[in-house]
Amino acid sequence: MKIAIRRAIGEKIIELAKDDKNIVIVTSDARGSAAISEFFEIFPERSIEVGIAEQSAVGVAAGLALSGKKPFVFGPACFYSARSLEQIKNDVAYTNANVKIVAVSGGVSYGPLGSTHHSLHDIAVMRSISNLHVILPSDAIEAIALLEKLLSDSTPTYMRVGRNPVLVFHDQDEQKKIFEIGKAINLKKGNDLSIIATGEIVWNVMEASKMLENEGIEARVIELHTVKPLDEEEVYKAAKETGLIVTVEEHNIFGGLGGAIAEFVSQNIPVPVKILGIPDEYPVTGKQEEVLKHYGLDSKGIFVTVKNWFRKMRGGF
Amino acid sequence: MEKILYLRKKAIERRKDIIKMIYNAKSGHTGGSLSCIDIIVTLFYEIMKIDPKNPDWDHRDRFILSKGHSVEAYYSVLADLGFFPKEQLENYCKYGSILTGHPTTKVPGVEVNTGALGHGLAVGVGIALAGKIDKKNYRVFVLMGDGELDEGSVWEAAQIAAHYQLDNLIGIVDRNYLQISGNTEEVSKLESLKEKWQAFGWVVKEVNGHDFEQMIKVFSEIPTKKSPHLVLARTTKGKGISFIEGKINWHHKVPNDEEYKIAIRELDEQLLKVGEQI
Ligand SMILES: Cc1ncc(C[n+]2csc(CCOP(=O)(O)OP(=O)(O)O)c2C)c(N)n1
Ligand SMILES: [Mg+2]
Repeated sequence: MKIAIRRAIGEKIIELAKDDKNIVIVTSDARGSAAISEFFEIFPERSIEVGIAEQSAVGVAAGLALSGKKPFVFGPACFYSARSLEQIKNDVAYTNANVKIVAVSGGVSYGPLGSTHHSLHDIAVMRSISNLHVILPSDAIEAIALLEKLLSDSTPTYMRVGRNPVLVFHDQDEQKKIFEIGKAINLKKGNDLSIIATGEIVWNVMEASKMLENEGIEARVIELHTVKPLDEEEVYKAAKETGLIVTVEEHNIFGGLGGAIAEFVSQNIPVPVKILGIPDEYPVTGKQEEVLKHYGLDSKGIFVTVKNWFRKMRGGF
Repeated sequence: MEKILYLRKKAIERRKDIIKMIYNAKSGHTGGSLSCIDIIVTLFYEIMKIDPKNPDWDHRDRFILSKGHSVEAYYSVLADLGFFPKEQLENYCKYGSILTGHPTTKVPGVEVNTGALGHGLAVGVGIALAGKIDKKNYRVFVLMGDGELDEGSVWEAAQIAAHYQLDNLIGIVDRNYLQISGNTEEVSKLESLKEKWQAFGWVVKEVNGHDFEQMIKVFSEIPTKKSPHLVLARTTKGKGISFIEGKINWHHKVPNDEEYKIAIRELDEQLLKVGEQI
């Protein structure tokens, strides 16, 4: 079954708001794209529309948070990670106002709408802002589990999700046990190399790992839904036990998940790290899956790159 | 009169392009493109000094589509004028195409990459300032949406423009009273819009944004008297297609097969009528 994560979150936040009267939503002419129109109907007094003014949306949310509310700002990742960046840094993170940003339609999920609408820099910028958690769920089950956790966590947070329906692959029953902010999830055992991925691209990595298995390569797959704070223990173990790390993300190859892993590994347990992402250019026009495929980020592309790199590193061919 | 009929015909043809592009691509912003196409046609076919064979001509008038989501209207006009081959419109938003779903400078004739609202006016101020510094007498036209005016950056640029007395800068607001979530006055009240621009030091002219005669008059009579000009163009979002006009949900709805057929039929009928008058 495929579900757009933004829709799952849009439903879940209604349920959470029934119990927690402090939840308020702030948005900027984006209630449709953020799938929160229903929230607006059910809780009009807790729905704040600022018009197309992303900077003020974050500022307003900071004010609400400083007055005891639990504001969730909903809107496109492209605008919130760029236009509102100073508000996120100063009014939210620096001031320590408990604001959660739910940034929808991230990465290249807006497809042909182009680079004004892509967010391929957001992990990099958000991760370098102190006192801000950065989370990218991979499917609807994980997203709503983490959303719930956010309520009892007072750290300002940037959560990036996509736009299009994605496969639900996490086990519903496992929900409470495995989803912890800051804790990586081991999706597949293996000791030949580790593939660490974040966000909706995780499923492509899982498929690639099955193809690798057919070639006799046992890849460990680690899902890092929380890019910050980094689960150092799990990354350390992966480096130590497998000796090779590949990172995969729907983000520019600079400064994102790959950067985070490379920074940690190179300073603590140096092993080769291969970073897969969108190269440093404005992507080709196309639908999300076409763009990902173009840059070798579909499951086949990931498989081929990882296979070749593994063989090169291990001296085979 | 002949001139007006010619523009009307051009605009209907462009509306057909817009619908076709969005239908083919299964992506686009229908309402906004139909809303501003008459304004863009007036500027490009009648008002602006341009040379499609020489898109970088130094003395050309500049146009910035600050409401970048109305890109179909823009590309259609550029293609019709010969900035690039018309066949390319069929590749709009397709894999590998230069015709991305918001304007980019890969496309001949496009001055700046837009799509994030609230950027165009400041860039326009910069181009207008450069014109003043270099003593060139081109003009700069910046087309904005009314919802777009929610962005504070628009008003920062408006203040700078008046401060520098940029009489070579002309802002145009596509005043269709709609943004994505509803009526502009219900989402975040904009009125009194005219008075706001005046308070920022702009000279404001109101016009019907679908009336070519009025628009030609207003645009060609703008004086150069040390203040920027704002043309407040009253429009109907989705203009020209009965079931799209004034409908919120057509902001970025894509026509299905049936809707596509009806839309094209309506536009063909309009073309026929204009043809009879010519
Ligand atoms: C900075 C920014 N925020 C949000 C959007 C998403 N968006 C695209 S069009 C639109 C509504 C624009 O309304 P308006 O300016 O009135 O345009 P029109 O009615 O002419 O289509 C919004 C919010 C955007 N493109 N840029
Ligand atoms: Mg509008």
